[in-house]
Amino acid sequence: MSSKATGGTSEVIEKRPFDKAEFIEKYSTFGIFLILVVVATLWTDTFLTERNMLNVLRQVAAGTGIMAVGMLFVILTRGIDLSVGSIQALGSVLCGYYIVQLDISIWFGIPLVLLSGAACGAITGLFVAYLSLPSFVMSLAMMAMARGLSLVYSQGQPIVLGKAGAAITEFGSGRFLNVPMPVWLMAFIFIVAGITLNFTKYGRIIKAIGSNEEAVRLSGINVPRYVASVYVISGVLAATAGIIAASRTGIGSSQVGVGAELNVIAAVVIGGASLMGGRGGVINTLIGALILGVMTNLMNLAGVPGYHQQVWMGVIIAVAMLLHFSVTKIKN
Amino acid sequence: MDALVQLRGIKKSYGGVKALRGVDFDIRPGEIHALLGENGAGKSTLMKVLGGDISANEGTIIVDGKTANYRGPADAKASGIQMIHQELALAPDLSVAENIYLGALPTVIKWRDLNRAAGEVLDRFGFDIGPREIVGKLPIALQQIVEIAKALSKKARIIVFDEPTAVLSGKDAERLHEIMLQLRAQGVGVVYISHRLDEVFEVADRMTVLKDGETVGTIDAKDTDVAQIISMMVGRRMSAMFPEKPETEIGHEVLRVENLGRGRKVLGVNFSVRAGEIVGLGGLVGSGRTEVAKMIFGADPIETGKVYLNGEELRLKSPHDAVRAGINLLPEDRKGEGVVIDFPIKVNSTMAMMGKITNKFGFIRHSTESRDITELTDQLTLKCGHIGDPVSTLSGGNQQKVVLAKWMFAGGELIIFDEPTRGVDVGAKSEIYGLINQMAADGKAVLVISSEHQELFGICDRILVMGNGALQGELLPPDFSDENLLHLAMASGVAEQNGANDV
Repeated sequence: MSSKATGGTSEVIEKRPFDKAEFIEKYSTFGIFLILVVVATLWTDTFLTERNMLNVLRQVAAGTGIMAVGMLFVILTRGIDLSVGSIQALGSVLCGYYIVQLDISIWFGIPLVLLSGAACGAITGLFVAYLSLPSFVMSLAMMAMARGLSLVYSQGQPIVLGKAGAAITEFGSGRFLNVPMPVWLMAFIFIVAGITLNFTKYGRIIKAIGSNEEAVRLSGINVPRYVASVYVISGVLAATAGIIAASRTGIGSSQVGVGAELNVIAAVVIGGASLMGGRGGVINTLIGALILGVMTNLMNLAGVPGYHQQVWMGVIIAVAMLLHFSVTKIKN
Repeated sequence: MDALVQLRGIKKSYGGVKALRGVDFDIRPGEIHALLGENGAGKSTLMKVLGGDISANEGTIIVDGKTANYRGPADAKASGIQMIHQELALAPDLSVAENIYLGALPTVIKWRDLNRAAGEVLDRFGFDIGPREIVGKLPIALQQIVEIAKALSKKARIIVFDEPTAVLSGKDAERLHEIMLQLRAQGVGVVYISHRLDEVFEVADRMTVLKDGETVGTIDAKDTDVAQIISMMVGRRMSAMFPEKPETEIGHEVLRVENLGRGRKVLGVNFSVRAGEIVGLGGLVGSGRTEVAKMIFGADPIETGKVYLNGEELRLKSPHDAVRAGINLLPEDRKGEGVVIDFPIKVNSTMAMMGKITNKFGFIRHSTESRDITELTDQLTLKCGHIGDPVSTLSGGNQQKVVLAKWMFAGGELIIFDEPTRGVDVGAKSEIYGLINQMAADGKAVLVISSEHQELFGICDRILVMGNGALQGELLPPDFSDENLLHLAMASGVAEQNGANDV
């Protein structure tokens, strides 16, 4: 591609010249996704059907997609949240516990589940932000605690939502304009997150914190408050993913989301976010989650046995990262 | 005399920017060759070409009469060219000895041999650093010395010192000059890059001045003087460096500090700064100046004492509190603390006062931001492509102007400058002095910390001198001189010895 000369002399503010490296960095994730879709379409007859596409989206929504948004916020501040899979399980169990066992109405029950997720995130966040504990260790501790709590409240047994939680299961199987409700919810969350990151003070500050926390602090910004908040967001979104999991299966289970944190981190990183903080975007994160979703789907359609699938997922993550790094290397 | 290395017609462009437009430069054995010029003149780029970090678009490098074709820094090192960069490349968790021999460590380390060898290098050049000390725990000036020792431990025919004295105190800088002279006596070719011209004149044999990527000229040091070099660098005389102060009215007392103290670093400091006044805070590196500034700014905890702003006592727990009260700090470490370097100029400029560019829901009004910051950057004569470009694309002086823009946008009542012109070229220095004067004229109270005495003399209404954590005295303009300032700063060494029992 040739670097276009930019005209626009009439504009008050001069346009920045086209930067090839920046373009590649921005769109390489999308390129990988496109290649994957083309391969999948050519390889199988069933991939590019409406039914299958919606299926992929629904799986992404219930799996890594929503949690990836929270993880992106955390990673932007140069942190990591390993507790999302466990909080998802806790969310799923509490769905059953509050609504079925405590017989709380759904209008109080669901906010209560979200609040519980927020509380888990807040504990991690407060320790990370105000006591400067490493997020890796603190969220690892929360990972154990939340999983433990999910076992405590479910007593190790799945809680059937049944009649009391009928509204939840209806949401899980419901559709609007033929698109599953969880997919709408995911889309809504991504849009809100995108607007927050790109157009608000909050988004700008958390990105800047990841890039140079000290400079932000010395600009008079209350850095700990912002750092703590991203873990709360991550906790709420993980609990949301737990509710969706419960809504799809009709049970609250402590076995949901085992190892999910790794897929979620993979989605964010495949989406080009830097674990060193400050760099990453919502759209690329969505594409990162979709890449993982399409891969799983493709292997299912192609009849790859379940055990082998894990191996191939690992390979894909490695290849995607390799492409990313070689692309960003061209930049320098 | 035959040159060790000759650079001929070196050209280098980054995108559309011509960093070097055909530069000639040579280094002879046994000479100290100063490379001078404003930031952005191309000095660092030229040295990167010499060190093999980047390859030139055009031109040749001739080593020992033969054209060299560097594929990378390793080739340059193999031909005996060692670089001491301004930015430290040390492993902070390793010991001094490990750092010195990093890259040349044997498979099995014999600690005693390693520490002895490192100790010898340090001793040979007279540095008082133990080889077992952990680098990250040393003050920055000593870290710089480890970096220098690292280069000296290797066989070198050419050593490039890229602004090594920027963080060194006067005594260490002098020691460094002795080392350069030793190296010269051994037949090593030394390239010396520095913004401190008085120091350069103490040791340099020849000087080459670059301007806008071209060689202005190479002259013998004995045939020139500071004024001529400055006029070669900027095309104006030195008297123009400190701009005329605008008419400024000294108003009410803005800042008052009472008995400020923390541990052994700051021992009960008292002073005040009035509106429109520029007060200097002088003394040696490590005398507690920066600590005082950071405590007033809420960035470091206050153990004892009180800070008053406009007569009201402040309870400062974080910079957040200080900025809200109207205290601004332009920190010493620009890249680490002043700017988010990968982020756009406009984002950095508005960071301390985002309320002005957001609506009540926290949404950023991008057009307001662009308009306000364009206005501000024009006022500051900030040279940049676009206010959406990352700060990393700017020269040191312009980066500093971004930090200034941030505080001008925030609009506090007291602004503290900690080493405002470190690593800033002569032209931008003069502009920054003008801006500091202007801020005082606008009624702000200004506190300036600097290790460059001339800078304090040039802009301050009075100078407070610190030594060993305590305020040692105050100088008024008639008494402004290096001798007086140093006398106050150093006399404290004696005082501490005498008063050791009182602490």
